[in-house]
Order: sequence, then structure tokens, then C-alpha cells
Amino acid sequence: MTAEAQGFKAQTGTVCPLDQANVDTDQIIPKQFLTSVSRKGFGKHLFFDWRYNKGEPLTVNNDFVLNFPQHQGATVLLTRENFGCGSSREHAPWALTDYGFKVIIATSFADIFYGNCINNQLLPVKLSDEQIQVLFDAVAASSSVEITVDLQAQTVSCNEHEFAFEIGDAHKFTLISGLDSIGQTLLDEEKITQFEHARQTWQ
Amino acid sequence: MSKTLYEKIFDAHTIVEKDDDYLLYIDRHLIHEVTSPQAFAGLEEKNRKVRRPDRTFATMDHSISTRSLALDACGPENHKQLRTLAQNCEKHGITLYDVGHKKQGIVHVMGPELGLILPGMTVVCGDSHTATHGAFGALAFGIGTSQVEHVFATQTLKQPRAKTMRITIEGELLDGITSKDIVLAIIGEIGHAGATGYVIEYAGSAIRSLSMEARMTICNMSIEGGAKAGLIAPDDITMDYLKGRDYAPKGQDWEEATRYWQSLYSDDDAVFDAEVVLKAEDIEPQVTWGTNPGQVIGVNTPVPNPDDFNDSVTKTSAVNALDYMGLEPGQLLTETPVSHVFIGSCTNSRIEDLRAAAVVAKQGKVSSSVTAIVVPGSVQVKQQAEQESLDKIFIEAGFEWRLPGCSMCLGMNDDLLKEGDRCASTSNRNFEGRQGRGARTHLVSPAMAAAAALKGKFADIRAFQE
Repeated sequence: MTAEAQGFKAQTGTVCPLDQANVDTDQIIPKQFLTSVSRKGFGKHLFFDWRYNKGEPLTVNNDFVLNFPQHQGATVLLTRENFGCGSSREHAPWALTDYGFKVIIATSFADIFYGNCINNQLLPVKLSDEQIQVLFDAVAASSSVEITVDLQAQTVSCNEHEFAFEIGDAHKFTLISGLDSIGQTLLDEEKITQFEHARQTWQ
Repeated sequence: MSKTLYEKIFDAHTIVEKDDDYLLYIDRHLIHEVTSPQAFAGLEEKNRKVRRPDRTFATMDHSISTRSLALDACGPENHKQLRTLAQNCEKHGITLYDVGHKKQGIVHVMGPELGLILPGMTVVCGDSHTATHGAFGALAFGIGTSQVEHVFATQTLKQPRAKTMRITIEGELLDGITSKDIVLAIIGEIGHAGATGYVIEYAGSAIRSLSMEARMTICNMSIEGGAKAGLIAPDDITMDYLKGRDYAPKGQDWEEATRYWQSLYSDDDAVFDAEVVLKAEDIEPQVTWGTNPGQVIGVNTPVPNPDDFNDSVTKTSAVNALDYMGLEPGQLLTETPVSHVFIGSCTNSRIEDLRAAAVVAKQGKVSSSVTAIVVPGSVQVKQQAEQESLDKIFIEAGFEWRLPGCSMCLGMNDDLLKEGDRCASTSNRNFEGRQGRGARTHLVSPAMAAAAALKGKFADIRAFQE
């Protein structure tokens, strides 16, 4: 995250419903794209193995939800439990944000992925199974339905529904302030130095 | 107040406490070529330095060839990534164990070998299998690249407190059962996300009896159960392993350090947020049947029927997994042919793993329908194996003997499978496409992998014991 980053406020957008549990980061961005030394340009490879057919030349898999015409331009990804499990690769949130997602709503997230989202201004929202189902049903009924996520108020709204969600204070502050996390820590540099001086030589 | 081991290490490294976030000091930072370049670039954009290059150690492991020491052996992109790491380490004064170095290896094999990981430390790396180092009673976990940059610049990380889970395994393991079977059985029990939000401490007589290498295999796969980290309290086995290693304390420092390490255990009356208990004698040789490590069964158990699962999400996952894996409910894995065998990865590429595989390999020949490779975890492991003539046993049996690296665990080099290939693999992830698009991965122990190579299908290792 950079100091120039805009803080996260509220977000309203259409939804891409990815009805799968345990979507791992190998699926989000496969290994052949990890040789890049840049943070940019991963969006076109997002969900590569599902999004494109096998073989050359590359053709789009029209059966994959991300490619459905009605879900183009979606900024909210709706999915199931344990999203982002597996590898710690931050290339996964880089690919999701580069594609255009601002919010991911799931029953649960893998820990490292969750932290990586926070550091990339991508808001991970945890809701219950029942609430997630309401949202899947709403998108199935109308693909143009919009979801509004208000981080300050910690609410998700869709049609007549409004759900509250939990997020840690520190994570919320990071997202809303958009401040450089390293710069924030360096405000405590003196304490870090004191701590270091108290370490034993073998520690 | 009584504390768990996790809480003792966490508290000993807390510099600042703010709301639900703690600023933790990081003792060791391990880096490799894949997840560090953007972090170095971020530092330079801000004109920042690596605060403690002396606490930072680098290796090349993911993007390298296992057939050649040439950095360009896997194409220009890999080459650029490797050169970038070398340049960054040079510029920032970081010790690099590069390809060709006599102590280079997979980051989670090399670190412990060098004695870089000590009990009570905090250890991070831009790699989810950093949990490996919890085997030493160190709090070790994987981080993203933004956090790598944060550690570079500050030698600290902001962390919330995790919940604590103790997994106790009492009793004696059956013959032929290894720590890989233990950890797969644990993940089968708690589920692929069963420990999300927790740090696991492994305890019980079956854990205490394990060697350091076996403990590393268990802690390594903590992440596959969703855990932030895995821990095993240090004991005499830990001290014996560490003594005399390159970076382990010496002389008076060793005496002081070991006195401190002996305080690193969960207090008798410490309370864990969750407790799981398994009986060692219930654990059979494990094989995964699906596309996450929690989809695992005993080798003689038929492949499950999705209809046997109660909740719809698990059922749907099982349907998708069977479809991807090309398996039918009720099918026996002992009747299922494999085309490839991979013995390697940060989970199972240490000398004891290779010895266990070699015991099986010398009992026959690799099936004519199987391609089998053995990839040692480090140059030191490779040399030790060659001193013991394990390489000759493998080659004689028809295995390929390769150079150290991550290799086919994730295929960032040219060790990739093709669509429909079925692999018995000692690695840690059976995700779709992990070893190649459309390829099918079954996770097993090294001995089970060697047995599958010889039989051409999965086999109960207990039939191969000497």
C-alpha cells in the first residue's frame, strides 16, 4: 500500500457470484504468473484455469461465471467458505483488485489472504451461511442487483436486506485511513530500537 | 497467570499494543525469489533500507531447475526473478544461499539445517509453509509481500492475537506410519479450514517421540488445516538437533539460551480455545482423494460418496473433487494406477524422508508405467544421501535423482505434469492444477510414494516393511 492510496469508504456495485467453497490462491492466480517482479498486470490472469479453455490459442470459457455477460463490471465477488486458502502469494489480491473487485463477501477467509486483502485496499467481508445464501438468491433473481458495503457502518445492504459484519479495529483503520502502514509503524521506531537493545546476543 | 507456549512467545515479542493489534518483533526473516522482489521495489520507492539485514536470510528455491545449475535453465522470466533476488541481496547486504552454494536449499529445509531457527523465536517468510519452523517451538508463519516489505523496513509486524488449539496424540504409531500420515489424519479430522484463526500446539506422547525432521513435516502442514502456525514445545530432541549448527549459539550463549528454552512450554493449567485428541494407533497410511488436503482417507478405505456428506457445501466440493480427480465413489485407491511419483518439497525432502523412501525403493523397480523423481530438499541433504548411497538405490530402482528445489510441489520450473497425469506426491497441496493444469495430485508419505512407484498404483506401505 502506498501513502497516496485512497482510503476505503463505501462501495456500491454489481456482483459476480462464485458458488464454490475452498477457492485457493492457486486458482486465483496460478504459478506460471508468479515469475513477474511487478505488482501490476495480474488481472488478466485472474482465475486463469477456470476462465480460459485449455490449449492454444487462448479462448474464453463461456461456462465460467466471471465470463457471463451479465457479470461484467462487477466490483463485488460473492463466494463461500475458506476463500483464499493455500499459498501466501499476495499476487492473489493483486489480481483481484487489478481485475476490478473492491469487496469480497464470503463465509470465511484464510488468514494470510485476509491480511493481504487489508494491505491492498480490498475489503474482505465475513457473513453467515444464511446471509450469504440470501445474497446468492438475490443475484440469481436479478443479475443487475447491487450490493452496498459501508465499511464505516460495517453493513452490507442488498434490496430490503441489511447485514452487519465484523472487522477488527486495526484492519478497519488501515482500510479507511489508506495510510502507509510502514510509516505508521515507524512512529514507534524508538520503542523498536529499545526492544532490540534489550535482546540477548543469541536471540 | 498461566500461559500457553504461543502466548509466552507472543508476549515476549510484543513491543506495542494498540486496540486489537500488537506490534511484534521479528527475530528471523527468510526470503526467496518469488515473494520478495515487489517488497524490495516498495522499499526503494520510499527510499527505505532493510533495517536488520543480519536477521534476514535468502535462498533460491521456487523458480530454479532441478536438472541444471544454470539460472537461465527455466527461461528468461525465472532468470530475471533469480537475478533480481541476487541484486537485491547484494545491495542490501543480505546473506544469500544461491544456486551452486553448498548450503542452498528449499527455504524451510535450509533454515533449520543452518541452525537459523531457535526455540522461542518469531520467524516469518513470504511463504505459507513457514509454519514448518514451529517444530522448534518458534512462532513461525507465512506472510504476504506487503508484510515482507514491512519486516524489511521495521523488523516488526502488526498482528492480532490468534486463538489457541491443542492437538494431542497419545499412544504408539503402528509400523510404517509416519508424521505425514499423522498430519494428514489431523487435517482429515479437523477439516481443511478447521484451524482457521488458530495457532496449533501439537502435544502428546506420539508427538514427543518424533525426530525434529518428523516434527517439521507436521508443523509444515498446519497451514493446510487453516492454522496460522503450528508449535511443538522444545525438548532434548530439539537441543540435540541444534547443538553445533552454523547459527546456533555457542559456549556461554548456548548455556544461557538452553536455560531460556527450557521455560518454553504451555503451563499445566493453561487453557486452550480448542482441544482435539487423536489416538496414535488409529492412524493408518493416508492418501488424499480430493482437491484439498482435508479430503483424505486410509489407503484401504474406498473413495467416499458425496451423498455421505451432510452439508451441501461439503457435498458439492466432493462432487467437484471427484470429477477433477477422475474417481468414482467406492473406488479403491489400491486399484488406481498412478503415472508419476514425486518425492520432495518442504514437507518431505529431508534425509529421513529419503531414507524411508529408499528402504522401499530397494525392494523392487519403478513400474514401467510410472515416471518417478526424487528431489532432495537441499544440497546438504543431497550430499548426505549420496554419502549413504541412497542416490544409487533410487537410480538403480528407476527413479530420477535431481538437484534441490521446490520442483514439482508447485511447478514454477519445468517439473510439471500434464492433463490427466496422476501423481503420488509427498508435497503438501493437492489443489486443482497445482502440479500442472488438469493433473491429479494425491498426497502421501515418502514411503507410500515409493511404494506407489513400484506397484504402479497406491499400496499399503505395511506390506513393504523390512
